[in-house]
Amino acid sequence: MATNYRHIGKATERADARDIVTGRTRYLSDLEVPRMLYGRVLRSPHAHAHIVSIDVSAARALPGVEAVLTHADVPDWRVGTPRTVRVLDSTVRFAGDSVALVAATTEAVAERALELIEVEYEPLPAVLTMDEALAPGAPEIFPEAPGNVVSPGTPWFGPECLVNVQMGDVERGFSEADAVAEGVCGYENIPNPLPAEPPGVIAHWEEPNKATLWVSSQAAYQDKVVLFFAFGRQVDVRTIGGPCGGSFGSKLMSVQLVLQATALSRATGRPVRLVMTKEEHMAAFVLRIGSRITAKVGMKRDGTVTAVAGDWLVDTGYYSMTTQAQVAVGCGEAQLVVRSPNWDLRSTIVCTNRTASGIVRGFGGQELKCSILPVVSRAMAELDIDPFDFFKKNYVKPGDGYYWRDGQWYTYRGIDYTAAMDAGAAAFGWKERWRGWLQPSAVDGTVRTGVGVGVHGNVDIGESVSEAWVRLDPHGAAVIYSAASEHGTGQPSNLIKMVAEVLQLPLDKVTITPADSAITPFEFGPVGSRGTWAMGGASIAAAEDARRKLLERAAPILGRDPSDLDTRDGLVFPADSPENAIRWNAVIGREGSVMGEGRFDPDFTLANCMMTFVEVAVDTDTGKVDLRRVVNATDAGTIIDPPGLENQLNGSLGSAGIDSALFEETVYDHASGRVLNANMIDYKWRTFAQLPEMKNVVLETPVDSHRFHAIGVGEVATAPGPSAVLMAVSNALGMWMDEYPVTPDRVLRALGSVPARGRQGGGHAAPVSGAATDGAATDGAATDGAGSCGDGHDDRAADADR
Amino acid sequence: MQGASQIRLTVNRRTHVLTVGHAAADVDPADTLAHTLRHVLGLTGTKVSCDRGACGMCTVLLDGRAVLSCTLLTVECDGCSVVTVEGLVDPQTGALHPLQQSFVDHTAFQCGFCTPGILMSAKALLDENPVPTLAEVQEALAGNHCRCITHYHVLEAVQDAAGRIREAAPAGAVGTTEPSAGDAAPPVAPGTAGKTG
Ligand code: FES
Ligand code: FES
Repeated sequence: MATNYRHIGKATERADARDIVTGRTRYLSDLEVPRMLYGRVLRSPHAHAHIVSIDVSAARALPGVEAVLTHADVPDWRVGTPRTVRVLDSTVRFAGDSVALVAATTEAVAERALELIEVEYEPLPAVLTMDEALAPGAPEIFPEAPGNVVSPGTPWFGPECLVNVQMGDVERGFSEADAVAEGVCGYENIPNPLPAEPPGVIAHWEEPNKATLWVSSQAAYQDKVVLFFAFGRQVDVRTIGGPCGGSFGSKLMSVQLVLQATALSRATGRPVRLVMTKEEHMAAFVLRIGSRITAKVGMKRDGTVTAVAGDWLVDTGYYSMTTQAQVAVGCGEAQLVVRSPNWDLRSTIVCTNRTASGIVRGFGGQELKCSILPVVSRAMAELDIDPFDFFKKNYVKPGDGYYWRDGQWYTYRGIDYTAAMDAGAAAFGWKERWRGWLQPSAVDGTVRTGVGVGVHGNVDIGESVSEAWVRLDPHGAAVIYSAASEHGTGQPSNLIKMVAEVLQLPLDKVTITPADSAITPFEFGPVGSRGTWAMGGASIAAAEDARRKLLERAAPILGRDPSDLDTRDGLVFPADSPENAIRWNAVIGREGSVMGEGRFDPDFTLANCMMTFVEVAVDTDTGKVDLRRVVNATDAGTIIDPPGLENQLNGSLGSAGIDSALFEETVYDHASGRVLNANMIDYKWRTFAQLPEMKNVVLETPVDSHRFHAIGVGEVATAPGPSAVLMAVSNALGMWMDEYPVTPDRVLRALGSVPARGRQGGGHAAPVSGAATDGAATDGAATDGAGSCGDGHDDRAADADR
Repeated sequence: MQGASQIRLTVNRRTHVLTVGHAAADVDPADTLAHTLRHVLGLTGTKVSCDRGACGMCTVLLDGRAVLSCTLLTVECDGCSVVTVEGLVDPQTGALHPLQQSFVDHTAFQCGFCTPGILMSAKALLDENPVPTLAEVQEALAGNHCRCITHYHVLEAVQDAAGRIREAAPAGAVGTTEPSAGDAAPPVAPGTAGKTG
C-alpha cells in the first residue's frame, strides 16, 4: 500500500533535522526570557520530618537574591490524586522533598543562598517499603491516605474507573485447570526513565492571575489542563511547549516544579527559570511505580487460561498523581495478553517515604506484566507449553473483549497480530533455540545461553481527544495548528507528512505552529502510543476539511461539481482535465485563507502490539548477564516514517525498558531513605560499546484506523522486553529468577556462589504450590518461607555496600 | 585571582577576549567552559545534562581533542581554540559538515539532546582516524550517553560520513588504509524495519 504514497512510508528528512545537527534546536534550558531569574530548591535530607523552624534571613540578605519562600509564604496550590501535595509543606515526606525556594539573578547566587538557609527538623519515623507502610500502626504519610493506602480510581477515567479485574468464577476456573501455579513476583527496582534533558520550566506570572509557562514535556496542552486544576481553577494558564530532550512520559509530572517556579515568579514579578540538576532529577523527580503481585493462575494443557487471581501491590512513593490511572490501564492491558474468562485481580496503592512514582512509558501495564508473567510462566512450565505459542494464542484477537480503564467492556476490532509474531519468531530462530523451560539453548564452559519472549499491547492508542486545524494559504502552503511538539519520535514531522499527503503538497510547504496553548486547539499529546492514530487522525481530518472547503470554493470558478475536483502542489483542477488548473490564490484570493478543523474522539476498540525475543548469555563464574540478541516484531498497519519507527523500536532497550531487567535500578539506603546512585556514574546505562544485535520486524497489515490505515508502536516498545530477559536468564541458568534487575550479585546468589544476605529483594517470587519448579527456589524462598515476599530494600542497601 | 585579568578564547575561529571577574558578563573563576559557551557566548548548541563529566553531552573540541566542557574551568582554557557544534558547518558556504549531513540522512537522532556531543566526539575520532572500524567508533563514543537509544543509527551515520569524507578528499589527503575486516559486518542491524511480509 505504502508504495503508492508520495510521502507516507518514505524515509524523509525530519523537519527539525538541520536544527538538531547544527545546535540551533532550542530546548528549555537554552531559552532566555528578558529579566529572567534563576530558581533553586532546598531539599530535605530526611525521609520524613516536621520542619520546626526555617531561618532564611541570611539567604534573603545575599546580594542578587530576589526571593526566598518557605511553606509559610506559598499559595495553596496542590497536586496529587487526591490533592495532597502543596508547593511547599511544613512536613517533608522523602529525602529530597522541597523545603524552601530561592530566586536569584544567577544560578550560582541561588545555590549560595540555599547554603545560608537554616532549617531545624524534627525527624519522624519513615516507612520506606510497602511492607513497612502496610504494617499495623505504621506512621502515616498523609491523613488522606489512612494506613498509607491511597484511594483507588481517578476521576479522569470516570466513576467506574478500573481498579480490579473481576469477572466469571475463579474457583470454578481453577478446578477446570490442568495446572495451577502460584507465586509472588515483583518489578520493584523503580528504574529512572532518565531523559537526557533534566526536567525544568520557565514561569512568568502576571497580576492578577495569569501564568505563562514554558514547559518541557511532550504534551504542553495537557500540562495546561492539569495545571489549571493544580492552581485551584483560579489561574489563567498558558503553556508553551518546545523541543523536549526526552520525556518517556516522566516530564508530564513536572507539576510541582511548575507550581514552585510560578510561586517564585509571583513573589518577584519576574520570570523564573527552574531546572533540576541531574542529581535532583535522579533523587527527587519521578520514578516508575513499584509493582509486586501475589498471583494464582490456572491453565489447561492447550494453553487456555482458566482463571487468574491475584493481589497487586503498587508502590507509588510519597504521593500519587497518576498511579490510579496506571492501575486502570495495567488492569486493562493484562487482559490483552492473558485471555481468561475468570478473573479476580485486586489492586492496592501504597504510599512510602521515597521519591514519588510518576508517569513512565509502560504506564502500569509494563509493571503489572513484568510481575505477573513470571507466575504465568510457572503454569506454562508445568504443562510444557512454549511461551511463544502461549502468547500467540492468548494475545487479543478480533472479537475478543476486555474491560478498559473506564470500567466499560469493549470488543476488539483490530488486526490479528499472529503473522507479525510468526515473522518475529522466524527472524529470531525461536523454534531452533527454544529447548523447553529452564533449559539453556547452549552451554559453553561457564557461559550458558538462554532465550525468552514477551508481548505487550495497548488500547490507549485511541485514548482522549486530539484537535488540529489546517490553514491553507493562497501561495500553496499549509500550516498545521497543533500542540504536538518534538520529543524524539518525529511526531510533528509525521503530522506534516500526513497533511502533505492529503493535500498533495511538497513537505517543505507544510509547517506546524509552536505548541502554544494561546495558538492551538486542544491536544492530549503523544502519550499511550496515541500519536499515529489519534493525533494523526485529527490532523488528517483537519486537512480533509480544509481540502473540502477549498474545492467547494473552487467549484463555481471552474464550473464543476466539487466532487469532480482535485488539488496538487497548490493547484486546483478537474480530475479529468488537469490542464485546466488554477492556483490556490485564484480560489482563496490574495487576502485570506481556508481553515479546516479536525478532531479525534476516544475509541478503545483497537490495540497495538509488540513482541520481543531476547537471547542472553550468563557467565556462571562472574554472574554477568550479556544481552546478545534482540528481535522486536510488530505490525504498524502502515509505516509512516521508516527511520523514525526503527529508532523507536531500538529504544526498547533504554528509558527503563529492557535494561531495567539487566542493570537499571534506583538504589535506596534503607537507613536514611536516600538514593545512593543519584548520578550518572553509579546509575548504570547502556553505552555505545555494549550493543546487542538488534533486528526489528515490521509488518504492514492495513488497520481500520484512519485513511492511512496506520497504528504505530510508540510507548509499548519498552514493555515486552524486561520479562523476556527474566525468562531468558531463568532458562540459561536452569532455575527461576524472580527479581529485576538480574545483576551479577543476584545471579551469584541464586547460584549459591555467594551466600544470601538477609532477605531477598522485593522482586522475590516463591512458588507455593502446583508450580512447576524444580526445587531451585531462590535463596529468598529458603529464608522467608514459601510464599512470602522480601521487603525489597535490605537487598538494595546490601548492594550499595559493595 | 587579581581583578581585570583577561583570557583569550578562540571559539569556532573567532577570538574572544573575556574578563575574569564576578560581574554578569565576566568569566567567573568557577565557571565551566560549558557555562561560558552557553551563557556568555550564547552558543547553546553545547548541551549540559549531568554537569559532572559522566554523560558526554557537553563534548567540544579543545585544540582538536574531544573534551567534556562541563569539567573544564574556562580560565584553564586561556589561549585555547574551541570548536562547538555551531562551528561544524563550512564557514564559507554554510554547508553542513559531512557528519552533520550523514546524521540528517540517517535520522541519527531522536530527541536530539545528545546529538551535539556525539557529533563532536565523532569529529575528533574522524580527524584522528579517518578509517575507523566499527569497534573504534563504538569505543570513541562510549562516553556519550543517548537515552533514546539512537546508537544504531549513529554508528551507521558515522561510518557513512567517514566514507563521504574519504570520497570528497583529494587522493592521499586522508588515511589511505582500507577499512579493516572489523568494519565490514556491523554487529547491529540498522534499517531492518520494513515490510518483510
Ligand atoms: S554534561 Fe558534561 S559530561 Fe555530562
Ligand atoms: S537522541 Fe535522545 S538522548 Fe540521544
